[in-house]
Amino acid sequence: MMNLAVYAELKAREGPTPSKATGISDGHVVTPGVDISHGAILYLDSVSVSFDGFNALNDLSLVVDAGELRCVIGPNGAGKTTMMDVITGKTRPDAGTAYFGQTIDLTRLSEPEIAGIGIGRKFQKPTVFTDHTVFENLELARKADKRVWPTLTAKLDSAAYDRILANLETIHLAPEAKRQAGLLSHGQKQWLEIGMLLMQEPQLLLLDEPVAGMTDDETMRSAELFLSLAGKYTLVVVEHDMDFVAKIADRVTVLHEGHVLAEGSMQQVQRNEQVIEVFLGR
Amino acid sequence: MNGLMRSCVRALGAALLALFAGAAAAALPADVVSALAFGDGDERAQAIGKLVAGGDAAALPLLQALIDGDVQTVGEDRVLIVKGDAATDAVTGAAVSPLPASRDDVVVNNRLRRTLGTAIAAFKLASPDRAVRLAAAKELQNSADEDALPAIVAAAAKEQDAEVKGLLVQTQASIQLASTDRATRLAAVRVLAGSDSGATKTLLAGIVQKKDGKFVESDEEIRAEAQRSLAAVEGRLAKGDIAARVFSGISLGTILLLAALGLAITYGLMGVINMAHGELIMVGAYATYVVQNLFRQHLPGAFDWYLLFAVPVAFAVSGATGVLLERAVIRHLYGRPLETLLATWGLSLILIQAMRTVFGAQNVQVENPAWMSGGVEIMTNVVLPYSRIVIVAFAGGVLLAVSLLLTRTRLGLFVRAVTQNRGMASALGVRTPKVDMMAFGLGSGIAGLAGCALSQIGNVGPDLGQSYIVDSFMVVVLGGVGQLAGTVYAALGLGIANKFLEAWQGAVLAKIAVLVFIIVFIQKRPQGLFALKGRTVEA
Amino acid sequence: MRNMPAMTPTFVPRTGNTGTGALPRLWSPRAWGILGAAAVVLLVVVPVCNLVVPAGSAFHLSDYTVTLVGKIMCYAIVALAMDLIWGYAGILSLGHGLFFALGGYAMGMYLMRSIGRDGVYKSDLPDFMVFLDWKAYPWFWSFTDHFWYAALLVVLVPGVLAFVFGYFAFRSRIKGVYFSIITQALTYAFMLLFFRNDTGFGGNNGFTDFKRILGFPITAPETRVALFMLTAAALIGFLCLGRAIVTSKLGRVLTAIRDAESRVMFSGYDPLGFKLFVWTLSAVICGIAGALYVPQVGIINPSEMSPANSIEIAIWTAVGGRGTLIGPVVGAAVVNLGKSWFTQALPEYWLYVLGLLFILVTLYLPRGIAGLWARKPS
Ligand SMILES: Nc1ncnc2c1ncn2[C@@H]1O[C@H](COP(=O)(O)OP(=O)(O)OP(=O)(O)O)[C@@H](O)[C@H]1O
Ligand SMILES: [Mg+2]
Repeated sequence: MMNLAVYAELKAREGPTPSKATGISDGHVVTPGVDISHGAILYLDSVSVSFDGFNALNDLSLVVDAGELRCVIGPNGAGKTTMMDVITGKTRPDAGTAYFGQTIDLTRLSEPEIAGIGIGRKFQKPTVFTDHTVFENLELARKADKRVWPTLTAKLDSAAYDRILANLETIHLAPEAKRQAGLLSHGQKQWLEIGMLLMQEPQLLLLDEPVAGMTDDETMRSAELFLSLAGKYTLVVVEHDMDFVAKIADRVTVLHEGHVLAEGSMQQVQRNEQVIEVFLGR
Repeated sequence: MNGLMRSCVRALGAALLALFAGAAAAALPADVVSALAFGDGDERAQAIGKLVAGGDAAALPLLQALIDGDVQTVGEDRVLIVKGDAATDAVTGAAVSPLPASRDDVVVNNRLRRTLGTAIAAFKLASPDRAVRLAAAKELQNSADEDALPAIVAAAAKEQDAEVKGLLVQTQASIQLASTDRATRLAAVRVLAGSDSGATKTLLAGIVQKKDGKFVESDEEIRAEAQRSLAAVEGRLAKGDIAARVFSGISLGTILLLAALGLAITYGLMGVINMAHGELIMVGAYATYVVQNLFRQHLPGAFDWYLLFAVPVAFAVSGATGVLLERAVIRHLYGRPLETLLATWGLSLILIQAMRTVFGAQNVQVENPAWMSGGVEIMTNVVLPYSRIVIVAFAGGVLLAVSLLLTRTRLGLFVRAVTQNRGMASALGVRTPKVDMMAFGLGSGIAGLAGCALSQIGNVGPDLGQSYIVDSFMVVVLGGVGQLAGTVYAALGLGIANKFLEAWQGAVLAKIAVLVFIIVFIQKRPQGLFALKGRTVEA
Repeated sequence: MRNMPAMTPTFVPRTGNTGTGALPRLWSPRAWGILGAAAVVLLVVVPVCNLVVPAGSAFHLSDYTVTLVGKIMCYAIVALAMDLIWGYAGILSLGHGLFFALGGYAMGMYLMRSIGRDGVYKSDLPDFMVFLDWKAYPWFWSFTDHFWYAALLVVLVPGVLAFVFGYFAFRSRIKGVYFSIITQALTYAFMLLFFRNDTGFGGNNGFTDFKRILGFPITAPETRVALFMLTAAALIGFLCLGRAIVTSKLGRVLTAIRDAESRVMFSGYDPLGFKLFVWTLSAVICGIAGALYVPQVGIINPSEMSPANSIEIAIWTAVGGRGTLIGPVVGAAVVNLGKSWFTQALPEYWLYVLGLLFILVTLYLPRGIAGLWARKPS
């Protein structure tokens, strides 16, 4: 369990919690599994990860409030993807803890279990099921009983069918529904992967460079989408595109060499001396 | 033993004593020789005694010929030693030619054979050549009984060489165990503690055992002493046993190492699953076979050195075959391991059948050069064959050469660069296809060297490679991908483990146990063995 | 806010058989037609042509042909099982010959005990046990004189072995070639084990000289045809089962695991269970094929477990076209008909042909014969 003193200190440093979060906690985001009674949905406390002696994450602490849209920026190799790996159970931290809500220790769960309790993840390199159609991709991602027997006997009811169609509209892929996902363009695959995440109905979405490879127009549309999702879901977005970040972020966390360098609004972060030095100033 | 034999041997013992006392040399007396050839058992034994007493070195060939069945008689009086077409007169030693047409064999029965053996050994104990004396002492260790005791005691007293003397003293002790004098027996039991022969162990175990609830040996002190000596002997024997097993484990390990070293490059570094690797080994073995035949036909005088020539040829032939396979098939399949696996399996079938077509389905004979036959004896019962020692050294040399090649040369640098980051290497101007080809050729060439080594210790046939492929893949899997050190440890470890398990449960179960171990091991350390580093994992 | 607006559907998606799963929708009407025709040929025409049509007639099918086709149908079942795990889930097993052989041995035990006292030594024990001077059956032979128990073993032995092995292998995420190599080692280990006389399965001679099955003489034409029909029914049954699986959502998850396993995991499916399901099922199907094979060919020995045999199964599937259901059946038939022709006419060339098949198919025909066929219409 996270040391509460550390949490209090972090909170104090960050200033007041945005009001959105408190508005959420009594809303429909609350599911039986996740206890967000303290307003935050994700706690990373002094997480360290090293690969063959190289510290990819170095005493990283991060708290994300429920309903927040958090952007994480940082130079290449800062550890952004590794941080997501830790949250989703792909990489086990060498030290430190990762909690989902107040009670769920993420370091003890497997990847499918973490996905099952409501954390969805988009990979840096878009990853979809290339041999399946766009529709089937969404169908497979859809929230359902994902154990073996129920999957064998699963049937697609009309409610689910409608949801998939609605989702197709959201991600602008309705005309491509019958195409093989492997034939989509890079940007379309990005959209499809986001669509698959939405089908999972997660509480927390981790998006690793979601607009890489999208046209300006598409980037605008994703910005709109993410803003519309914030509040209803919690989003953690990793991006290199600063304009995009400036557009969507409530709060920005700057990672550098596996450590949080600064955190605050985009303006605050942009004024930070250290940040200018290592990242923005380049 | 019956009384007659006993008396004969006793006479012999006395005669031996005389021999060591330095009896003057004399020509072989004709009557003794004729008694030896024509007499009955009793007379013959006595004749042997007289010959030994005479102490003439000329008697030794006669006794040896007798035991070899080379002594023949002509008529009623002449005795000849006949070896092939050449014959000498047993008495005079003069050559006899032409060979008389009608001759009779002198038949030696088992009892006389034994007497002869001891006599010959005793004769040899007087030899100035240490090796001859050592061999004789060993012979006596297994065959001598109380009648030979005086001769052994005398020889031991005169002997200067520590090893021969030790053997004689122990033989003496084991005979003295039967003595009626308690002090002699006690001393004998103590002396035996220094022995390292299995016979001594049996002897001592006999003293301490119980029969029908009673100790065979009633004297408690002797029993305690025997127990102590027994423990010492057993300890020494067990050590020899372990040493032998470790060596055969190392030997198997180096063979696995040779077989796996090429794989460590093609599979470990390049990531190519080459199921035809075993067949490249087989090609190397056949290359050795062909070189051997060429030497036999055209340079029989230099036959002993054919291997020096066969090693580079095997490397070149297998290497070239490998390059051919790489160019024709494998390069089209980089990055598709499962397809590579199937296609190279197809290649292996073709290579096997090609060898059958060319050389026939039967195993062919590859002969060791003379200097590789035989072995060194490091302890009693522990003989290390030269061929195996040479292969261990050879594997060490190959390993050294490969690691130098990879770490110290441009090719090695390129290979490592290409395997770590193909795109970057090619951006830096490395011609990656050529490096792939060379690296694959190198791995295949090493397989050829393995084949050359294998041809020296086992059968060479079209199926040779099949029996090594599973083992060598296991070595690479266990040792980890992309490193030579792991391959070395895994090969030696598997080799030794296999030999020890083999002694415990038999060869097949040993093999199965090793396979099960590997499967379990992989459960525990899959990431350590197979982890692909960096971002390739994500997708 | 554009919060996932509900829109009217603009298309009807092709999602395979996601719906009712009812039998008629399993195949397209045309496929049902072909399947029905095949069933009629195998279950009616062949038996009649073999048993009823007199030997001189042009329509007579020889015993040799019937046995050959029966054998090939067993191979086709194995290739189908291989396709489920390799073609759909992307896991190449080089140990499927083991499961086939284990099913065969389980059936073989029953057949050996059915010999009764008609063996060479006129003993209650099989000849090889008499030869080894054994006095009683080892414990694992108990109850094998009951057909149903043996039939249970046919399913359970390969099934349990595959389940246990698969559990450990998949749990530690052994994939790709590593899995292939380990399965090869597994079958190799079993081959060594079964070659030993002490293991209790007849050593390198295995089981042979069967006399009867369920009381019927095993070499009688009627028994032979009955076994043939049983095999044909099994093949058709497994085709339908395979179709039901690959068109279910589970089938799509399997393909998804093949194409992007990490996405599957992060979507909330645990690949372990899915892999284990299809792996174990595949092994069981192989075991059943082996059990059908042994009474038809009359022999089972450890060479069935040799790595070479298992890898050949992969080539049947590859030649026919993996990832399709009809492909492996066609592939098994083509390769094995070729094999039986070559081994009679040009025995020394068969390995060249087989080797070339491996190479050419992987290089130039990755989708197999079925791929050729599928390409033409489009
Ligand atoms: N499995 C791994 N083994 C070894 N090193 C790794 C591994 N995964 C990541 N790293 C290293 O850890 C560091 C952080 O990597 P990470 O992918 O988290 O960076 P990032 O912030 O996502 O960078 P980018 O903006 O380029 O995506 C990098 O230096 C990377 O090389
Ligand atoms: Mg990243």
